[in-house]
Amino acid sequence: MKRALATIGQWLDRRLAFREAILPMLRHPIPRGSAGPLGWWYVFGSASLTLLLLQIVTGIGLALVYVPAADKAYESLLYLDYEQPLGWFLRALHYYAGSGMVVLVLAHMTQVFLHGAYKYPRELTWVVGVALLLCTLGMFFTGQVLRWDPDAYWGLAVAGSMAGRVPQIGPRVVQLLLGGAVIGGDSLSRFFTLHVFVIPGALLLSLGLHLWLVLKCGISAPPDPAQPVDPRTYDAAYHAEVERDGVPFFGDALLKDMLFSALAVIVVVGLAAVLGPKGPSGPPDPTLGGANPRPEWPFLWLFALLSLSPPASETFIILVFPVILIAILLLVPFISNRGQRAPSRRPAAVLAVIVIYAVLATLTYEGATAPWSPDMTAWSGAAVPVSMVEGASPLRLQGAVMFQNKNCRNCHALDGVGGRRGPDLSEVGARMTSDQLIDQISNGTPGGGNMPAYGKQMRPAEMTAIVEFLSALRPDGGPAATDPSTRDTAQPLADASGSSGAATQ
Amino acid sequence: MSEVERPGAAEPERRPFLRWLTIVFGGLAGALAGIPIVGYFVLPKPKKIAWVPLGRANEFAEGETRLVTFDNPLRQPWDGMIAHAGVYVRNEGVDGDGQLRFLVLAVNCAHLGCPVSWFPQSGLFMCPCHGGVYYADGARASGPPPRGLFHCVWRIENDELQIEAPHYPTLQDTLDPHDESRTACSPRHEPRGLA
Repeated sequence: MKRALATIGQWLDRRLAFREAILPMLRHPIPRGSAGPLGWWYVFGSASLTLLLLQIVTGIGLALVYVPAADKAYESLLYLDYEQPLGWFLRALHYYAGSGMVVLVLAHMTQVFLHGAYKYPRELTWVVGVALLLCTLGMFFTGQVLRWDPDAYWGLAVAGSMAGRVPQIGPRVVQLLLGGAVIGGDSLSRFFTLHVFVIPGALLLSLGLHLWLVLKCGISAPPDPAQPVDPRTYDAAYHAEVERDGVPFFGDALLKDMLFSALAVIVVVGLAAVLGPKGPSGPPDPTLGGANPRPEWPFLWLFALLSLSPPASETFIILVFPVILIAILLLVPFISNRGQRAPSRRPAAVLAVIVIYAVLATLTYEGATAPWSPDMTAWSGAAVPVSMVEGASPLRLQGAVMFQNKNCRNCHALDGVGGRRGPDLSEVGARMTSDQLIDQISNGTPGGGNMPAYGKQMRPAEMTAIVEFLSALRPDGGPAATDPSTRDTAQPLADASGSSGAATQ
Repeated sequence: MSEVERPGAAEPERRPFLRWLTIVFGGLAGALAGIPIVGYFVLPKPKKIAWVPLGRANEFAEGETRLVTFDNPLRQPWDGMIAHAGVYVRNEGVDGDGQLRFLVLAVNCAHLGCPVSWFPQSGLFMCPCHGGVYYADGARASGPPPRGLFHCVWRIENDELQIEAPHYPTLQDTLDPHDESRTACSPRHEPRGLA
């Protein structure tokens, strides 16, 4: 039996010549250090690859059932979630393994950056790695559209509006993105094609190149402050070291990778089983209302940055900023491809990583909570706290009703409940006088800012009632706000102020 | 040339021709296959013009803003409910010539395209995404939008209010090319067949 197998093996190998081509790759020596305890730093790349394989398998499974047509996609997702045996699990696993891939690719890049492993001769490996990151993010973005729910529709609307800002050729870019004059089946087919053919093709091609480069340039040894990179001597020193002291690539060194990959799979399977599939959030009918599209979590930071920036810089942030970021990432190994690799000798690199992740985390948190989005139902859904109207005069009560009816609550919270687009008004009476309130409400934010001018949106009596209600909103027993420019006692300043009446309408 | 001819010595005379032929045919094959394929990808689709009936003109109460939904004829046959669209219609009363005037606004915020909601109590359109606010006439009131709401092209045919089927409006590709003022509404009365 054994001999028969050996004969078959020899017959095959005489034709395939795998032994000659593959074995040296598996056996090629890698630095001993990367197989030691420091080898735990090297596990993120292989784990990303493991999750990619999981994505391919689950993706093929989903494609067997999913219908990429605008009128059937939603139903086929419901079928996957509720009728196809384990369909819900495959959808969930595809989402969480994809999320895990983004996390691991970022961890891998961070490790390579901190260890200076992108330096000579591995510059190109880093550049191809950046392409892999972009492919991974591209898969995430296009995958979100395939969920074909209102979020997907309005996400496409936002993307279309962004594309429409490209100077000159904006309308053409919108057409290219949406596939037609409106968001519809053509848009879905487009994103399906990108998600299933185009980006995976680019990803696998880049991955092949990346792995080829890993083999050809060799796995980097753990950084050693005593051995800075010098392109003139690096290759000879590296080869001398692995010849003398190296361990085979395919061997114990891979055990850590395999163990970590197994853990990564267990985590995403656990997340999928416990949390279940994501969406679809509702039928894809754009007239149903209540839209509030949020990008997927890897893009929340950019969404937050855009939303927190002044409108004048928006087009820059949408169109130019991402290009600059990608260019910087691509240029990393060309800015410095020699010298120290050890993080202990590269404080600027360590600081950069800390700052970048702190910024990303803060912006992601802001993006997830999105305080800039009004609460569109607060005016009718969130009652005025009783404590604010207890024992109030009829005029103040009327003001409270007006405050709700004029939709102020959509942007202004009371006691923390309501929109957070504008300031919480629970204690506004201590900050602004009646005159200032009238001015603010009538004219809105000066210079066309974030508050609309309500001057023509309410009658004088309504204004009086609202201002009466608002100026009574003060901390317990707190004094009413005063305007230094109109106060005629104690402050000599008041005399000098010729414009004291200006705030009064 | 040596006296003893090597086998195949005549080949060098044919080879340049073969090379030339390969280049010509290769180029021809590439162009024949490539031009239509590239054309398929980049040629813009023919622009469809269709008119959508929104209801009897005199059934819109004067001065009232209403969301009217319809099935957008710019759809693909397989678009399903994603082709549902809405516009805000406001009867602006009778102008000097005794003609009914309308204001028809796309629901898409001019900032990033989110659907604005109409609040009759305050007379404002509000956008749920970044808090863009517009007045009843569609003019920008506050927030990040760089302009007012997009105006649809409308007409009245046999007492029926119709709009030109709206494509997805963006800053450089608005719905009404004549809508330069971005606040005034311009009726178009020249009759055009319903597509």
